[in-house]
Amino acid sequence: MQIEINLNGKKVSIKVKKNEMLADTLRAHGVYSIRKGCDTACCGLCTVWVEEKPVLSCAFLSLKAQGKSITTLEGLQEEAEAFAQHLVAEGSEQCGFCSPGFIMTVLAMKRELKNPSDEEIIHYLTGNLCRCTGYLGQLRAIKKYLGVAQHEFCR
Amino acid sequence: MNFVGKSIPKIDGMAIATGKPVYTEDLAPANALVVKLLRSPHAFARIRSIDVSKASKLKGIACVLTYKDVPRARFTLAGQSYPEPSPYDRLILDEIVRYVGDEVAIVAAADEETAEKAMKLIKVDYEVFEPVLDYEKAIDHRAVVHSESDLHCNFDIGMQKDRNIASSQKVEVGNVEEELQKCAVVVEETCYTKAQAHCMMETYRAFSYLDHTGRLVVVSSTQIPFHVRRQLARALNTPASRIRVIKPRIGGGFGGKQTGAVEMFAAIVTLRTGKPAKIIYDRKETFTATNSRHAMRLKVRLGADSEGFIRVVDIEGLSDTGAYGEHASTTFGVVGEKTLPLYNKTRAVRFMGNVVYTNKMPAGAFRGYGATQGTFALETAVNKLAEELNMDPAALRLKNLIKVGETTLVSEGKTLGSSTLHQCIEKGQALIGWKEKYPRQATGSSKVRGLGMAVTMQGSGIANIDTASAEIRLNDDGSYTLLIGSTDMGTGSDTILNQMAAEVLDTSVDTIIVHAADTDISPYDPGSYASSTTYVTGMAVVKAAEDLRRQIVESGARFMNAALEEVDFDGQTLSTLDGEKSISLQKIAELQVLGFGGSRQLVGYATHGSSVSPPPFIAGFAEVEVDQETGKIELVDYVAVIDCGTVINPNLAAIQAEGGLVQGIGMAMYEDVRHDAWGRMMTDSFMEYKIPTRKDIGSIKVVFEECFEPTGPFGAKSIGEVVINTPPPAIAHAVYNAVGVRVTDLPITPEKVFLKMQKPGHHR
Repeated sequence: MQIEINLNGKKVSIKVKKNEMLADTLRAHGVYSIRKGCDTACCGLCTVWVEEKPVLSCAFLSLKAQGKSITTLEGLQEEAEAFAQHLVAEGSEQCGFCSPGFIMTVLAMKRELKNPSDEEIIHYLTGNLCRCTGYLGQLRAIKKYLGVAQHEFCR
Repeated sequence: MNFVGKSIPKIDGMAIATGKPVYTEDLAPANALVVKLLRSPHAFARIRSIDVSKASKLKGIACVLTYKDVPRARFTLAGQSYPEPSPYDRLILDEIVRYVGDEVAIVAAADEETAEKAMKLIKVDYEVFEPVLDYEKAIDHRAVVHSESDLHCNFDIGMQKDRNIASSQKVEVGNVEEELQKCAVVVEETCYTKAQAHCMMETYRAFSYLDHTGRLVVVSSTQIPFHVRRQLARALNTPASRIRVIKPRIGGGFGGKQTGAVEMFAAIVTLRTGKPAKIIYDRKETFTATNSRHAMRLKVRLGADSEGFIRVVDIEGLSDTGAYGEHASTTFGVVGEKTLPLYNKTRAVRFMGNVVYTNKMPAGAFRGYGATQGTFALETAVNKLAEELNMDPAALRLKNLIKVGETTLVSEGKTLGSSTLHQCIEKGQALIGWKEKYPRQATGSSKVRGLGMAVTMQGSGIANIDTASAEIRLNDDGSYTLLIGSTDMGTGSDTILNQMAAEVLDTSVDTIIVHAADTDISPYDPGSYASSTTYVTGMAVVKAAEDLRRQIVESGARFMNAALEEVDFDGQTLSTLDGEKSISLQKIAELQVLGFGGSRQLVGYATHGSSVSPPPFIAGFAEVEVDQETGKIELVDYVAVIDCGTVINPNLAAIQAEGGLVQGIGMAMYEDVRHDAWGRMMTDSFMEYKIPTRKDIGSIKVVFEECFEPTGPFGAKSIGEVVINTPPPAIAHAVYNAVGVRVTDLPITPEKVFLKMQKPGHHR
């Protein structure tokens, strides 16, 4: 079946199977920022935006994307780089494998929450797992990026 | 120092953070065959017959391989220097399957769907055996996991395979039983640790193809390219010189990728079909069919005199290596090696026990490598001893721990070259509020807070074994290329090695191209494991850079007709001390590389190994809040004060520490591996196996108490592994201090705490 989507601002037509998930469709289409870290919609690595809202593309049927606007990290490179600078300055990208999905969620949070507290940030990002950093450096990077008033990290 | 001690961002940071295609799967050719594995549903069985005729005929199938189609030479997948201490007890595919998930057939197809379809068409008739599932009952079990006659050990590791013993060990100095008789206080504790899963975010994967000369090229997410090349050579009966292994960016390893898991399956398909092939494990396969930490039972006895000097440390252990013996003897040996030297007022120490085969997924290397298990047992016992002695556990440690310049019963006369462990303890006490809060504080509700602590040591590389080479070239444009074979798996080791070279050469990090790792190009390196890269490869890089610097100075002096003592090199320009003559690095490079006759490209080279493995130390402190009505545990605060020698890159070291602590917190509180009665692992997804999320950690403070290790590059030791060791015993201690329940089998769950609080005799 053919679906028409708006992928990072460009109209594309992709052939998909009826049981195909968006993560696989997009990777097969060369969108390599999308990674899969689990098979159970737990890890957040495959996060993309559908109509500006973060979704887990490994659990989103490609057919449901018909007519929708899909945003991946490739479509947000400037903004992603601006945040990644902070992440990298903290050393908290580490292996980097979870970074694209994580950054997609951070950038969505930035649009959704105004001056989030530590608790709100942590809550928003709970679905994004990371095994390297222990999360603390990521929080430092987010707070610097958001320009949230610096105060000692204490949950 | 211009670069050492600075938080230089990772050189690959922006590319990996912004989703660039730099990982194994991203680089695989589009036409690669998809490799899938049919796995055993039984914990222990013999393949009576296997029929692949229908599967092979399916359109799109390239090959289906069974045990009849693979070479017969047994090998080990453990990433260790040759001769490997791990037994050669595997085949690519075997007639006997030894755990639920063991490989039965390899299917290669044009696409995933066809491969999956073909797997369903393979008919296997199994003769099912009674499995060995409980490792405490493995020795002399009716069933023998490895009865084959061609199992081979490179040297004696105490194997008695007919009894399911993969390795048996004993180290004793002094007479433990005699000394225990003389002790005023003796405590005993038996501790259990689980087969923790690494859960690196990038699962195991590799792809392979034949190059323009017909050689096999394997691109793999591995920590051990050179070891993988040797494994493949043996497993595939192909000369190592016909194999090239390349490591791209890796999405985490934690020791899991110190064992070859998938490379051989792609490689054999490429050799048989001549076509590119790729294999990507899903999360379930990663959980159930790769490797894990060794589950262990460790019984500790400690004896102390009436003054509080620890006179005896005795550890008796049992380790579960699962179906194959990767890292079996060595992880077990490390239990003793990283515990017995800590408390050096001892008069007798002993470490002994067995590693057993069972019909479960094989264990392997996991950050900490036995020291983690040993630390949990030893430190739990030390905390118990403090209570028996009526001493503060910090004071007990300060009185008994080894100091710089001292030896231990097991260190064969070698003295400790560096340590700030005593300062680490004192600083940690101040940061956690030990004086005010120890041992417990009621919060006024049903909740009570408790404090706990633990100390630990690890090593830095494997003494007398780990040997790394490094090469650094002066290029024609005056830039440098650093060639190394270590394997940055996200830690930032490529960056810190770059920093070290830049420091020696007085140049900036971005004038050095760092290349790693490719067995065709890189100088030999065992790979990144055993906390070796900063310390061992780092020193090789320092020596190689010094070698090159010397050559640059000699060359420049020669071009200026100046004596060596009369010149100074500032990294850009070589000048005579009187300021009369100078020559730029660029000019030297140009003359050496492009000049006629007599010139040669300047290349610094060094090979380095160390006769010692200097220990990094940590003092870890936990504050927990336990709900007395439910047993619910909340980790409120964790403080780790770390001696890793000189900190080469503070930010990257801090992240290593924070990440390792959280992985240790996971092991302490959440990560629980469970099997069903038939040996199937039930915890095979992130739904069943919980790793810490952002919400599961409280405040974590990491502080460095630096010192200068005389044998390390710029005084550095290691950081990667030691960081995982303290949370289990420190949190167990804190829970005990809060509610009087000592949990000695990990993880420390609310359920266990609650049930123990209900037992008669419990009060607090």
